[in-house]
Amino acid sequence: MDGEEREALEKLDSVTASRAGASDSLGSRFPPLRRGIAAPPEGFAPVSAKLSCRNLWKLFGAEAEALLRADPSPSPEEIRERGLIAAVRAADLEIREGEIFVIMGLSGSGKSTLVRCLSRLIEPTAGALLFEGRDLRTATEREMIDIRRYKFGMVFQHFALLPHLTVLQNVEFPLDIQGEKKAKRRERARQVIDLVGLKGRESYYPRELSGGQQQRVGIARSLAVEPEVWFLDEPFSALDPLIRREMQDEFLRLQAILKKTIVFITHDFDEAIRLADRIAIMKDGAIIQVDTPEGLVRAPATDYVAEFTRHIPRDKVLTVGAVMAAAAGGEGEPVARASTIAEVAERVIDAEMPVPVADEDGRIVGSVDRAAIIDVMIGRGREQ
Amino acid sequence: MTAVAAASREAGHRWVAPVPAFWFAVLIVTVLLSNYGRDLSKAWDARWMVRYPSGWKLPIASEISAAMKWLVEEASFGLFTFREMTRGIAWAIEVPYDLALALLSTGLMQGLGSDAVQLVPPLSWIAVTLGVVALGHYARDWRLAALAGGAFVYLAVFGQWDSAMVTLASIAIAVPIGVAGGLLLGIAAYRAPWFERAIMPVLDLMQTIPIFAYLVPILFLFGFGPVSALVATIIYAMPPMVRIATLSLKGVDPEIVDFGVMAGCTPRQMMWRVLVPAAGPGLMVGVNQVIMLSLNMVIIASMIGAGGLGYDVLASLRRLDIGAGLEAGIAIVVLAIALDRISQALAARRPDHRESGAEAGLIARHRRLLIVIAAILGAFLLGRLAPVFQAYPDAYTVTTAAFWESLVAWLNVNLFDTLEAIKTALLTWFLLPIKRFLLGIPWPWGIVVVTLAGWHFGRWKLALLCASLAGFIAVTGLWPKAMTTVYLCGASVIIASAIGIPLGIWAALSQRAGKVIGVVIDTLQTLPSFVYLIPVVMLFRVGDFTAMIAVVLYALAPAIRYTAHGIRSVDGQLIEAGIVSGCTPRQLLTRIRLPLAFPEILLGINQTIMLALSMLVITALVGTRDLGQEVYIALTKADTGRGLVAGLAVAFIAIIADRLISASARAARRRYGLEGGHG
Repeated sequence: MDGEEREALEKLDSVTASRAGASDSLGSRFPPLRRGIAAPPEGFAPVSAKLSCRNLWKLFGAEAEALLRADPSPSPEEIRERGLIAAVRAADLEIREGEIFVIMGLSGSGKSTLVRCLSRLIEPTAGALLFEGRDLRTATEREMIDIRRYKFGMVFQHFALLPHLTVLQNVEFPLDIQGEKKAKRRERARQVIDLVGLKGRESYYPRELSGGQQQRVGIARSLAVEPEVWFLDEPFSALDPLIRREMQDEFLRLQAILKKTIVFITHDFDEAIRLADRIAIMKDGAIIQVDTPEGLVRAPATDYVAEFTRHIPRDKVLTVGAVMAAAAGGEGEPVARASTIAEVAERVIDAEMPVPVADEDGRIVGSVDRAAIIDVMIGRGREQ
Repeated sequence: MTAVAAASREAGHRWVAPVPAFWFAVLIVTVLLSNYGRDLSKAWDARWMVRYPSGWKLPIASEISAAMKWLVEEASFGLFTFREMTRGIAWAIEVPYDLALALLSTGLMQGLGSDAVQLVPPLSWIAVTLGVVALGHYARDWRLAALAGGAFVYLAVFGQWDSAMVTLASIAIAVPIGVAGGLLLGIAAYRAPWFERAIMPVLDLMQTIPIFAYLVPILFLFGFGPVSALVATIIYAMPPMVRIATLSLKGVDPEIVDFGVMAGCTPRQMMWRVLVPAAGPGLMVGVNQVIMLSLNMVIIASMIGAGGLGYDVLASLRRLDIGAGLEAGIAIVVLAIALDRISQALAARRPDHRESGAEAGLIARHRRLLIVIAAILGAFLLGRLAPVFQAYPDAYTVTTAAFWESLVAWLNVNLFDTLEAIKTALLTWFLLPIKRFLLGIPWPWGIVVVTLAGWHFGRWKLALLCASLAGFIAVTGLWPKAMTTVYLCGASVIIASAIGIPLGIWAALSQRAGKVIGVVIDTLQTLPSFVYLIPVVMLFRVGDFTAMIAVVLYALAPAIRYTAHGIRSVDGQLIEAGIVSGCTPRQLLTRIRLPLAFPEILLGINQTIMLALSMLVITALVGTRDLGQEVYIALTKADTGRGLVAGLAVAFIAIIADRLISASARAARRRYGLEGGHG
């Protein structure tokens, strides 16, 4: 953890002091063990977790371990009294194969620490950490090196490119570290450089590239080893808004090709909504809700989550399935149940009659009318 | 958090308030004791108060000497003796040095002494100069290439080539060893916090002990000759490299460290493939430091057997041959400027894609190197035919010695009275009163005052440090000499500050002045300390005054630099706030800029003191009677213990001054809220 983050945490610590009551009631509403596991959304086949953690803690300060041994779930007051800083508290996560899992939280919420615990860049203080069913916390240093070499990839907020190497050398660096032959790693590096659209820049140095291009190098580098779990730590936060959007599209394009298991960190709720299959929202080191973007918008677990979702254009998140009438009916070409309201709005509003809704197999399962769409767009809560 | 800060500020006030009165009282007592201490001790029949009794002296010096003797003559590590170890080290240094010397100066020889036959001549002056030009071009551009080339041509034309190549050979050996050693120690300190904690005080001490002090033991261990000189140079030049290496490794972006771990680096790959290259530019600054410090040592090293330019300067100083000394001194400066600019440019060098292009062929990428190799071969072959290609012909060398001689003569004839009047006035009204005051203070009271100051700035920890360091000086019987050192250093620092702080303010406020002053102090700092002695001795001959002038010149730079930096870095918003409230430029300076820059100025004075102390030891050559002289005498007598103890005394004065001033600068920063309120 860098100094800035620690400072942020310290600040946060003094802020939480005044909100102790609030987070306490939150704790009682969401007992630790049940908190993380949201029911799979409709139509989502249960898949085994690729990477998961259970009751994961990270406390900073002396005697952190002693405290957790004595009391496996200390209260925020207890932690503060000992002079410790809780960066991650009782985190439960199950990240499934092939999904984009976004961890969202404001600065100092512990999301960066959590992802560093998941990759064991930081040693968790307590809890279980499973990767493909094996306990990462008991893995030896050598085993961790191998897992990181062949199974994990990571993209960093400030790119973390090696300044003395060219684009090509940066991208082939992880392969070089593995001991890959020169010709082979060159070839692979050129492939991924092509993939991220940087062909022709192979011999440039990072400082000769724009921020967006640098992050493309970072992405190419992390993909060069064909990782199974792809960590992205606020990859687009350091970029200008326009570039950020372009990179998000690029990211979705890559994921459509690659289908990696992705852990994506962001402090930007819009970004989370745009990219995620599922989102975990963190506050003060604890995960307060895990759900699909639609689930978060429809049923925010706390006022804190509701505050984020309030400014989200609901028509871009809610699907037709959430607002349709169960009765079959309507006329014309059916719309898909999984489409967002925004995608079908024009058609439904232009139609005189309700429009039928079809599920994934093309069966008609209900209908949606103009009023339902307009309610969503003007923010009248009919879907609940 | 604000509550904490307020509380500490309050606590601070409670301490600050009664302080002026208290310190005023201490000052009064000190003045009284300084003037009447002698009478008082007579009245009380306590002579020990004014003169530390020789019966109480601890024989530290002779014990160290005995230990050294044992080390060299008897100590053994089982498998090999200490003596064999030092011989091993000497061999490891001597072999590459001989090679470098053969390459640059003597050529490859067969046979011994005067029967020796030159098998291969050394690199020709043309080849070396071309090599430096190519290096300058590689490091930055044609301008730097021209500067470097010009410097080397200067060395040839002014007849300094042979000596300069001997010096360059020793630099070429000392720098890589110093850099490699410093880097390894820096890495160890980065990896193991306990090692860092252990080595940092050692580095502090090594940087504050005058160089002369460790010349003696080195002389004892390695004998008189180039190896000793190289060992001393390396020891002198390495500490900053250790520090800079640790700092730059710590300064590597934590994300890059995380990346290294995530890429699956082993600890070794992490260090050599990620951390060290990423810290590259910082490390190059360290390399530049090592080069400059090695050059700084050139003259001093010649006291224990280095040849080359340093020896020329020293020999001429001893003969009082000002012209020759100045010429060799300027040659050192020229060499220093060339090496400094090249290494700085290398540190700042960032390659771009045009060079790295894999498309460019092997020949295109190494064009420069190929040209140099061709030049070396060409010069070698041509040198067989016409000696001018091998060595610059003596007939065409120019000497300026006569010019300098006549200039000095002219100055002495025409300005003697003026210079003498200035000298006498400063001696009578400034130097001697300070000297009398400081030397009059009875040693027990001196220790008390230093301890009180330590308590004031850093509570019992600093008080204890100050008391024991000052105590060491007393019990080794060096108190009067130490006070002479303090007096010379104090007087020089006062004058250096009086000149440097206004110059620093000027440099910060006026852009044009800033540029000019910047160039001047950059040049001043490139000069080896010895060079300052030559013109000053020319004009003022030997004595305290001469020493002081040389020290002031040498130690001026940090006073200017830190003041300018402190004033420039005052928050622009505060200046604007001042302008908006209607401050005149003068008020802006006195009410806002100066107070806020005060901590920085204090640090500048601290640096000035450190430089002054290191220069003082060298000025012993021009006849001061302080600790420097003690060290110098020990060197000429090869008395290890005496030299080390006196050297430690100088270091302890430096440490006391450094800790007190740093602590007060910290206190000032805290008062202005520039630093966190957690004491």
